[in-house]
Amino acid sequence: MNGIYFIKDIVLPPLLEGTWVTIKLLVLSIPLGLLLGILIAGGRVYGNKIISFLCATFTIFFRGTPLLVQLFVIYYGLPSIGIYFSPFAAAVVGFVLCSGAYHSEYIRGAIQSIKSGQMMAAEALGMSKFKAIIYIIFPQALRRAIPGCSNEIIYLVKYSSLAFMVTCIELTGAGKIIATRYFRYTEVFLTIGVIYLLMVSVVSKLLSMAEKKLKIPGLG
Amino acid sequence: MQKDKAIVLKVEDIHKKYSNVEVLRGISFKIKKGETKVIIGPSGSGKSTLLRCINQLTIPDKGQVWLEGEEVTHTKKNINQFRQKIGMVFQDFNLFDHLNALRNVEIGLIKVKGMGKEEARQKAIEELKQVGLEEQAHLYPAQLSGGQKQRVSIARTLAMDPSVILFDEPTSALDPELIGEVLEAIKKLALKGMTMAVVTHEMGFARSVANEIIFMEGGKIVDQGSPHELFTNSQHARTRKFLYKITELYGRSVKEK
Repeated sequence: MNGIYFIKDIVLPPLLEGTWVTIKLLVLSIPLGLLLGILIAGGRVYGNKIISFLCATFTIFFRGTPLLVQLFVIYYGLPSIGIYFSPFAAAVVGFVLCSGAYHSEYIRGAIQSIKSGQMMAAEALGMSKFKAIIYIIFPQALRRAIPGCSNEIIYLVKYSSLAFMVTCIELTGAGKIIATRYFRYTEVFLTIGVIYLLMVSVVSKLLSMAEKKLKIPGLG
Repeated sequence: MQKDKAIVLKVEDIHKKYSNVEVLRGISFKIKKGETKVIIGPSGSGKSTLLRCINQLTIPDKGQVWLEGEEVTHTKKNINQFRQKIGMVFQDFNLFDHLNALRNVEIGLIKVKGMGKEEARQKAIEELKQVGLEEQAHLYPAQLSGGQKQRVSIARTLAMDPSVILFDEPTSALDPELIGEVLEAIKKLALKGMTMAVVTHEMGFARSVANEIIFMEGGKIVDQGSPHELFTNSQHARTRKFLYKITELYGRSVKEK
């Protein structure tokens, strides 16, 4: 009984506060990361040589280095050149850049899987290339990218725990503090695990609902 | 229909080279208002490239294209202005896969012509009726048969009110029993006085609809003339051989009017 009491009254309140921070991190990082991914993928496929090169370089850099290193550079490194972020902002920036790089690869693959005839037909109607990308290519490509991007979003829910390393006290961070104070790691981290599991379940459910809602016969 | 017979499309000395293969070696022809010009020839003779050079989906290396007296090539005007007036129907339909039949027809009206949603919807329904598909308006491309897809794509092209329509082998990707409905739709257009250039291997269709047939080979026009001239007494041995082969292949008993 002592265990239940301990979890309910001592552990849960700070963990829920931490969960709230995690949710705020995710609510900002998921859509912004996706948006960045779309822009990078678009730039890579449709940009001129320079834009395409810059987008490819971005992806190599942010996919090729550990997120933790990126967060350290953003939070501890950038102040030396006069750029300061709050812990929360540093975490969001890191998450957006990193997940943007991953999303961009899923989306780029999806764009390139769209038959060239789609663009040709749009242009033959007199549509500008930009409009064709927005109204014809992206609606198809983004639907195809949903499974891959969903994967990335679910990863993000979990790797948001790294925010703790730049002193942004989210779920894992709050747990670490309480666990250390009472020296009760098992109960605390099992509880944290359950909370992540719940969040991932909710996110997966939302994503699969979105996938179903956006489904079009013969596409995907 | 028998008005001034103005020249709608003029193509002059079009050349196109891919790496070191000369696909088009100086093609010139004119299409008058209401005329149907059928372009035939063996695969790889540059027919599709020629059509794409007309609306600049492929930029020719040399030569000019004129639409209703205005130069399309080397124009200062936005090419999209011309493309709205040059309809194109593709071999593999290229319907927009994420849009239902109705939205496929509407989208050009709304996003290119800037037409209001309600007006565009009415016009799209009207065009689908023309090709006999108003019942299928809410089906997606994957839910349509090949013939239906091609008719939707014809409706999509017609909705833009083009001055001329280019057909690039419109029935080559279709099952034999579906070819008829598409050819019927194109024939109807011809009878209504639409100006068209049709690349096809359907000789029966060419014979019954064309005002003139152009026979292309190796990037050049080898022969041209009325269907009667080409089919019955072509001066060129090569044309005779090709026509013999292709009628042999596609069967002789093609319906003719």
